[in-house]
Amino acid sequence: MLHTSFLSIPFHNPLVLASGILGVSAASMNHVVDNGAGGVTVKSLSKEPRTGHANPTMIASDTHMLNAVGLSNPGIDHGLGELRMFKQRSTAPLIGSIFASTPEEFADVAKKISTAPIDILELDISCPNVSTEFGEPFAYSPHAILTIIKKVKAVTDKPISIKLSPNAWNIAALARVAEQAGADAITAVNTVSGMQINVQARMPVLHNKYGGVSGPALFPIALKCVYDIYAAVNIPIIATGGVTTGEDALAMIMAGATLVGVGSAVYYRGTGVFQKIVVEMQQIMQDEGIASLDEIRGVAHAS
Amino acid sequence: MDNPIILKISAITQENPHVKTFWFDYELPSKPGQFVMLWLPGVDQKPISIAYDTGECFGLSIFAVGPMTQQLFALKRGDKLGITGPYGNPFSVRENTRYIMVAGGYGAGPLGLLTERLAGKQSPVDFCVGARSRDLLLFEERIEKIPYATVHVSTNDGSKGHKGYVTEILEKLLSDKYPSPPFGDTDTTQKILVCTCGPEMMEKAVLNLCTKYNVDCQISVERYMKCGFNICGQCCVDPLGIPMCSVGPVIDRETANKITEFGLYHRDKAGRKVEY
Ligand SMILES: Cc1cc2nc3c(=O)[nH]c(=O)nc-3n(C[C@H](O)[C@H](O)[C@H](O)COP(=O)(O)O)c2cc1C
Ligand code: FES
Repeated sequence: MLHTSFLSIPFHNPLVLASGILGVSAASMNHVVDNGAGGVTVKSLSKEPRTGHANPTMIASDTHMLNAVGLSNPGIDHGLGELRMFKQRSTAPLIGSIFASTPEEFADVAKKISTAPIDILELDISCPNVSTEFGEPFAYSPHAILTIIKKVKAVTDKPISIKLSPNAWNIAALARVAEQAGADAITAVNTVSGMQINVQARMPVLHNKYGGVSGPALFPIALKCVYDIYAAVNIPIIATGGVTTGEDALAMIMAGATLVGVGSAVYYRGTGVFQKIVVEMQQIMQDEGIASLDEIRGVAHAS
Repeated sequence: MDNPIILKISAITQENPHVKTFWFDYELPSKPGQFVMLWLPGVDQKPISIAYDTGECFGLSIFAVGPMTQQLFALKRGDKLGITGPYGNPFSVRENTRYIMVAGGYGAGPLGLLTERLAGKQSPVDFCVGARSRDLLLFEERIEKIPYATVHVSTNDGSKGHKGYVTEILEKLLSDKYPSPPFGDTDTTQKILVCTCGPEMMEKAVLNLCTKYNVDCQISVERYMKCGFNICGQCCVDPLGIPMCSVGPVIDRETANKITEFGLYHRDKAGRKVEY
């Protein structure tokens, strides 16, 4: 019922672990697959190891999470070993996420990660909490998107998905630029910029001062982004942002998604959230007489 | 809500030349073995195990080891700190059980709290506490005051108590109890539960002894943490992939024996493996 083909890659169900939640090691990704995820995305890897920002890097409330982890990761060379180890224990599709500070560096890291058994290469150009170091995210610039995709395409045979930012007002137009540059898919969205100030401490809570908002509060924003992107491009979408229930996941598919990223929901409903969403989707589909996800993909555009 | 609340330090007490306890008049409430994320605004935030919790107030006993803890030591009564939590899986509070605690370093804090929570449970405690030298010993006097607890001290340099490792005391207690094989729970009156918290190599030795003597054991496993609430994945252990901030820090013997990295390596802030 939930079986999904994405760029001809078979997914047991459309739910994939979003980058940066739990998936820092092979074992943690295997653990998420054991909990029902159809696929996983590794925490974004870079050329060199990074320790990320000082704590607090994460806070959470009933409506949202706010993080400024600062893209900590063990570096691509170490990461390759974890990616291989994941595949030794699992047949689930693996999305390799990378980021870099220049288009050239993107190509270098892409070349390296392509030697690992990843199924899809995801380019994270949209992290909102490293701009002090990297400048404004590439996800706001059509020129940067075009250059990065062209350079990466030249060095890899893996299908690539580019991860866009909900901070960009023209996200659908940027998705079209990505499609024209040769992207195979769009991941939408990353977190939206935000901050929190503790009144008693009289200062921002995140050490980085600002960060990215995810979780339920991001859902309506992400849904609109996916809806607009679907209308603008023909390549498939990994819809991510605030998906917490089976109903959310089906809404994303009706907006046009093929895969559905799940991240912060792990906070709200535990690591078992993947299995829970699967059961809820099946129940709703049964009640509504929906036989397959293909049947409802993008259906919300008809009205 | 996992968002720091700001508390004022209500008192600061000196436990030994290297350790201070920071007190807060606040009802957490916590279970022994749990931790809070302690935020020093503008500096950093770290997981700190709860050393005291009376219900009305709680205390965090801290060694000045890194930049954040050194800055903490400059704070005074009335200064503000942020707290989130408590987090994590605690030690078990069991009735009619013979507890053997094995504490190293600040591990004496949560085990001290556990010992206090055993009041009225008909559970006697052998409290083994070890340190490199006598000035580093923690909570010896605190535990000595507890009528159902017996304190066993060891120091590596022999400046107090048994000279050597604290695990040698554990082995003696276990071998007195189980003088010859076959090992196992031969005592029908009281089952033994070993609880340990401290440096990982000490804990690993405790685990091995408990496996050898086939006694139950609970171990507090410390891993680098960013969030404390099952999101960042930084504290996941190989090969199970389970996070120590929520499934742990306290795990049982069976789980610990499945964690192949235990006693071998852990991951740093970037997620790189670091060998012990
Ligand atoms: C703690 C945390 C870390 C994240 N790290 C990354 C990252 O390294 N790379 C990336 O592309 N996205 C990262 N994200 C963004 C997520 O992958 C996802 O796009 C976003 O959180 C929205 O989905 P959600 O509401 O389901 O969490 C991170 C999000 C969180 C909460
Ligand atoms: S510290 Fe973040 S998952 Fe455990």
